[in-house]
Amino acid sequence: MSTLRAVRAAQGLSIALMVVALAGCEIPATQKDQSGYRGTGLVNVQNPRIVAEQRAAIKIPAALPRVPSVGPPASAVYQNVQVLGDLSVGEFARLMVSITAWVSPEQGCNYCHISDNLASDAVYTKVVARRMLQMTQQINSEWNVHVAATGVNCYTCHRGQPVPGQVWFKEVDNVRSSFAGNRAGQNMVGTAVGTASLPSDPFSAFLEGSTEIRGMSTTALPTGNRASIKQAEWTFGLMMHMSTSLGVNCTYCHNSRSFNEWDESRAQRTPAWHAIRMVREINNDYLNPLVGVFPTNRLGPSGDVAKVNCGTCHQGVYKPLFGTPMLVDHPELAGPGATSSAAINTPSPVPAQSVDPAAEPAADPAAIPAVEPLPQPVVEPPVS
Amino acid sequence: MPDYQNIFTRIQVDVPAYAGAPLPAGSGGGEREVKPFLVHLLGRIGDAQVGPIYLGWTGVTSAVCFLIAFEIIGLNMLASVNWDPVQFVRQLFWLALEPPPPAYGLSIPPLNEGGWWLMAGFFLTTSLILWNIRMYRRARAHGMGTHVAWAFSAAIWLYLVLGFIRPIAMGSWGEAVPFGIFPHLDWTAAFSIRYGNLFYNPFHCLSIAFLYGSALLFAMHAGTILATTRYGAERELEQIAHRGTAAERGALFWRWTMGFNATMESIHRWAWWFAVLTPLTGGIGILLTGTVVDNWYLWGIEHGMVPSYPAVVPAAIDPTLATGAAP
Repeated sequence: MSTLRAVRAAQGLSIALMVVALAGCEIPATQKDQSGYRGTGLVNVQNPRIVAEQRAAIKIPAALPRVPSVGPPASAVYQNVQVLGDLSVGEFARLMVSITAWVSPEQGCNYCHISDNLASDAVYTKVVARRMLQMTQQINSEWNVHVAATGVNCYTCHRGQPVPGQVWFKEVDNVRSSFAGNRAGQNMVGTAVGTASLPSDPFSAFLEGSTEIRGMSTTALPTGNRASIKQAEWTFGLMMHMSTSLGVNCTYCHNSRSFNEWDESRAQRTPAWHAIRMVREINNDYLNPLVGVFPTNRLGPSGDVAKVNCGTCHQGVYKPLFGTPMLVDHPELAGPGATSSAAINTPSPVPAQSVDPAAEPAADPAAIPAVEPLPQPVVEPPVS
Repeated sequence: MPDYQNIFTRIQVDVPAYAGAPLPAGSGGGEREVKPFLVHLLGRIGDAQVGPIYLGWTGVTSAVCFLIAFEIIGLNMLASVNWDPVQFVRQLFWLALEPPPPAYGLSIPPLNEGGWWLMAGFFLTTSLILWNIRMYRRARAHGMGTHVAWAFSAAIWLYLVLGFIRPIAMGSWGEAVPFGIFPHLDWTAAFSIRYGNLFYNPFHCLSIAFLYGSALLFAMHAGTILATTRYGAERELEQIAHRGTAAERGALFWRWTMGFNATMESIHRWAWWFAVLTPLTGGIGILLTGTVVDNWYLWGIEHGMVPSYPAVVPAAIDPTLATGAAP
């Protein structure tokens, strides 16, 4: 009898252990979509449950009705309108209300303005917001290689919060100057790099600084490339950040048999390359210069401003907000001096090779498939 | 006169501890320490008797060197979480002692810039080599062959290639492996990425074949012996010349299953060589990486290892080539 009990206890224990082991699995099973030639492992992996949650979380405020571009310009009616002065008063007011819905829906107009003197720059957030408007126009006009015709507006990052949910500050490393315990910028639970032990702040080097990202040699035999394995770890960290921020696996851009080869990579790698340069510009030209504007409580542990990385816009999705066009209702954000409907119909051209096959804007996020389908069916090569 | 000590059974016999066969005079250090005792639970997985153990100067110095290396690594890990024991436990698998930055080359860096790593590496290496000497000397003292010590040498070869020989060949301690659980795995992945995918390294291929082969042979041999235990499989030598014995049944099982069988003797040579060739070939593959070949994928293309596939989706364009911008 006791033997039977022991056997049953052992069975129960093994079932419990199996359940624990399975806890590492994703439920439901992931959805895998082929994205390249068979046998190359080019597969996009997505979890339908997570994608459904991400879709459900999108609550873009409804666009306000368009107003005619007639009447005096805002600069003639209001004081201290430095960026949007060309808009008509009606368009200007419409954008101001939209910004409130995008950035400070709970705090309202007074998050940036003093109610009895709207022109005043006394509140720091107004100064920041002005610079952010210029940044938005710059992204939409000069970085079509990344944002295409989809474009960005304040909601792309802010999602109804005064501070976007995913920003980064420089790390402070206390033990580096000590006599022991130097982490060399890695070897901790790196939340920014997919919880790996890889360098945990790849942003300072690559998304603020212009440290070389590529380390692999372009020749089979040594020809003087001194890039070290440690450098490869930093690049690896940046790539893990991109993967986590976009909710995709490595093969979304790369053919893993050679991460370096461009003609082995998917077309998505090209806009990602431009994104790194775009983010550098945003951090260096638009955010870092605001360091004197922000109050101390908005600064990081080393006194730096909050900066952007891939996750700031993407927030775990391969295209922010599943590719919902953000510019179509707000042509005034398409670029400096852009007005009215002109920018809607003529988005800046994008080089043909870097066009994402599924970049065609779709108005309804729910109608967008979780993973981009193949642009054409994978066919067998002709037998020769 | 040594007598029979081991029988192939799970039964534990609770008898007074046995000190072991006396060694011939002049065989070097037969003295053994620790009063032996029996542990029932150990008897479930091995011999219930613990001790006596031979220490000797190689054993003692090896243990001391290992302890020093262990403490240097562990205390640096603890320091890296500001001496917080809770974080030390929570992040233990992520923590590491990192080799010097590549900028130091082969010079001796400050303690916290890789000096600790060099020191830990020195003591760990000394410990491993002393332990190997100890195994060699114990085997000789017992009148055994030295197969175990030579097999351990193969493992030390791979360890030295990774942490000593290849870094010297590359001119930088920074090329070496960090001491840490996840960090050394991340290092391995980064190593492969930097040098263009190690899967196109033929010696890596060989090492994997021997590694998987070792596991296969281990399972085949252990399975065969356990399956013939009921016929007295431990009495291999007495059985080899006879019909219907465990030895013959095991051999015939494989001959009928796959047409060929190893012998009771040769199966152990198979296993030993597969195990030893795993780190031997692996070490050669590592040593060639960065010194002789800088990108294994491109090397594979030149040597017909890399198949080409039809371009069914648009490929990426390198923007640095398209625009002439700095990469």
